Amino acid sequence: MTGIRLPRFALAALFLGGLVILGAAVFLGLAHRDSPRGAAGTLLASAIGGPFRLVDQNGKMVTDADLKGKWSLVYFGYTHCPDACPTALNDIAVALDELGPKRAAVRPVFITVDPERDTPEVLKSYVTAFDTPILALTGTPEEIAQAAKSYRVYYAKHPEAGGDYSMDHTSIIYVMDPQGRFTASFTHESSPEEIAERLKKLLA
Amino acid sequence: MVGCKFLSVAAGLVITSAALAQTNQLEVSDAWARATPAKAENGIAFLTIRSPTSDRLVLVSSPVARKAELNTMEMSGMVMKMRPIASLDIPAGQPVILKPSGEHIMLMGLNGPLREGQSFPLTLTFEKAGARGVTVAVEKPGATGPTSQR
Repeated sequence: MTGIRLPRFALAALFLGGLVILGAAVFLGLAHRDSPRGAAGTLLASAIGGPFRLVDQNGKMVTDADLKGKWSLVYFGYTHCPDACPTALNDIAVALDELGPKRAAVRPVFITVDPERDTPEVLKSYVTAFDTPILALTGTPEEIAQAAKSYRVYYAKHPEAGGDYSMDHTSIIYVMDPQGRFTASFTHESSPEEIAERLKKLLA
Repeated sequence: MVGCKFLSVAAGLVITSAALAQTNQLEVSDAWARATPAKAENGIAFLTIRSPTSDRLVLVSSPVARKAELNTMEMSGMVMKMRPIASLDIPAGQPVILKPSGEHIMLMGLNGPLREGQSFPLTLTFEKAGARGVTVAVEKPGATGPTSQR
């Protein structure tokens, strides 16, 4: 009976893989930790969020400075995405309904990763379909790349047969405080109740 | 008397075959879609498939869209990816539920917006059971399930 023997490189790969998983777990643990002040003031607060210059659904220029003064729920997606994106936006709308008078202190922000198809007009028709006012932003491919970089968002075009394409993209709802600092995060799989609970604590 | 006996046997046969039809056939139920904004080109539909024998969903189509496609949504880390799938296995006796954040039917190139409260036809083609038509109820844009299940 001999045990399973792994070559040295496999052991090294396992070790490195373990490190990556550990790192991701620490990051997610930090991102989801439940302290009243959220992550603001920690390293993460400065790692996520940053400069951008885009246009909203009415053609008005919006920069990161315009997001200050209110809490923002920032989600990157695209209007041709019928699954994760409407789920996330609907969860936000339902969660905000539970905030009562504090709802006015929170602004949902939808930033497209598909500027090619998502013009201000397309965005306008898209976000008005949801039961809450949403600030929808688009820009040139370069401006979108800059905004995505600021939020550490990954996106890539995935071409399909017949000229269609879908966009792979990071699916995270970022909670930014009124000073523009990253504070907490949700995914499209977070329930509206979960989001509402967390926001109530943050806004208390 | 002979006539009577024949009738009751015939009635028995009819009842038996009706019962068989209920359990021995593939069923598609709870079909729903999300309402789409006025200018949206893509829509999404979900449904439940039950089959007493194993089968495979190979084709979807609907007159409301240029193309209907079986898709799956997968997460790799925090990155969401949508990918077309060629077919969907329907295991015997196990319901296959298409729902948000999983397998779904993408409706690409909608002829017009899908409006809440309306419904539209969808045809599913299975390897063994053949073509099945289903009526899809349109729910809210961010609905997470059919109204009947909420």
